[in-house]
Amino acid sequence: MSALVIRDLSVRLKKGPPLLRRVPLDLAAGEVRGLVGESGAGKSMIGKAVLGILPPSVEITGGEILLEGTDLLRLPPKERRRRIGATCALIPQDPLTALNPSHRIGPQITDRLVDILGWTRPAADARARELLAEVQIADPDRVLRSYPHELSGGMRQRILIASAFAAEPRLIVADEPTTALDVTVQKQILRLIAGMQARHGTAILFVTHDLGVVSKVCQRLSVLYSGMVVEDSTVADFFAAPRHPYSAALLAATPKYTDPAAGLNPVPDAVIDAVRAEVAAFDRGAPHG
Amino acid sequence: MADLYQIQDLRLSLADMTAKPLLGAAPKIEILKGLSFTIPKGSAVGIVGGSGSGKSTLGRALVRLLEPSGGTIRFDGADITHLSDAALRPLRRRFQMIFQDPMSSLNPRHRVGTIIAEPLRLHGFTDIPTRVTRALDQVGLPQAFAMRFPHELSGGQRQRVGIARAIALEPDFILADEIVSGLDVSSQAQVLNLLERLVRDLGLTLAFISHDLSVIRRLCQQTIVLHQGRIVENRPTPDLFADPLADYTQELLSAIPLPDPAQPWG
Repeated sequence: MSALVIRDLSVRLKKGPPLLRRVPLDLAAGEVRGLVGESGAGKSMIGKAVLGILPPSVEITGGEILLEGTDLLRLPPKERRRRIGATCALIPQDPLTALNPSHRIGPQITDRLVDILGWTRPAADARARELLAEVQIADPDRVLRSYPHELSGGMRQRILIASAFAAEPRLIVADEPTTALDVTVQKQILRLIAGMQARHGTAILFVTHDLGVVSKVCQRLSVLYSGMVVEDSTVADFFAAPRHPYSAALLAATPKYTDPAAGLNPVPDAVIDAVRAEVAAFDRGAPHG
Repeated sequence: MADLYQIQDLRLSLADMTAKPLLGAAPKIEILKGLSFTIPKGSAVGIVGGSGSGKSTLGRALVRLLEPSGGTIRFDGADITHLSDAALRPLRRRFQMIFQDPMSSLNPRHRVGTIIAEPLRLHGFTDIPTRVTRALDQVGLPQAFAMRFPHELSGGQRQRVGIARAIALEPDFILADEIVSGLDVSSQAQVLNLLERLVRDLGLTLAFISHDLSVIRRLCQQTIVLHQGRIVENRPTPDLFADPLADYTQELLSAIPLPDPAQPWG
């Protein structure tokens, strides 16, 4: 059973250019799929469309988002929000802006459980303590009483991970969750997400621009250019031999410290021209391959 | 090769505002705890470390945006450790800085041409239009970009403007503080290649601050690893990568996720 199936999802700027071009995507239950591409490729946009948090300047012009078989786009808004709230969660990029600076950590984890999912306060509190222990926070009671500014960046990201897993979601959108962290903390956080994901069997859409990260935490990946999926592969196949010239060029641009001659090669202009032509052809209704 | 910078037992303390009492002065914490190293003329030195290791503070001390609390900084033979702002002013043209976030380091109300011309004017250059034209050329931006505003440019183009502004002054030394960490891999590669070429062609000396060892590998001949305000390793880059000596360097290296599913990363 797929946790999420997206068919022909098209999103555009209101009265403006397309941002997602008939995107297809399949996410099996318990699978981690990387969404990669350069800034503006639309990778975050897919996650936002699924979670119903697209900015007001943007509209969905077509397609289906099937969450466990139900098309979210055909549900009345209230029912859609309820369903997304009950089955999905987000791990955002910047832990400092995602946490309210004037509230203690505890209620920021538990309020959603109590107000939206109808848990009792003691049950939610117990769950919060249990989750903080699971994300390896040594002193959960103190941390639950802390304010965000009293905690380090890595600690705050742990809290957001705990909070995302709180209601046992089927699907988590992780939107560049480690981009703001330095490499050693990033490694801890990625291992933590991978461990939580495996234990809870959660499907994750993992938005990132870092192919190194994809190779560590994902089973499949979609490569986007200008809102179009140019490649959909398993991680093993992709890193052995990327099929699309653009995704191959992206891989060649990724730094590789073990081989100073490889990596850090800009995507060649010829590759950009070719993929742009492909996008234009796709828009005219004549998709290649 | 002569040294452009000679750093001896550099110490720097800053006020710890998180521990400041309501009334009275904030306690000082020592960020840099006695660093000694040299930067040879014409070389590119990488400065790496995790957040809070002191790498940006060190950079700011090198270009004297911060005043050290101990030790000495010699620039081209002259002691600049405690020079006053006025005494530093003529030197400022010679050490330039490129910043991490071009959106906050380029004035959003000025056109690119004005942004590059402003420091030239302050330093009393007379052939400003020629220099602006040449700087845009050197960083590979079309001349028409002089009329654009920063928000009309991509992240990589903005960083090129930052580089153009710095090299227009014909400095001896450039400090680049995490200048590619906000960029996509392709723009990152372009900016690094550009910097590599400029350092070579213009005979610049470069200090390149980054938390990512993999971008330093290509660009820098020498790498300084900082951890908690101390140098834990300072060696030629190829040696450091081949055989990292300090535990912290090994930790930094092994934490980098290589784009390779076969890499052991447990």
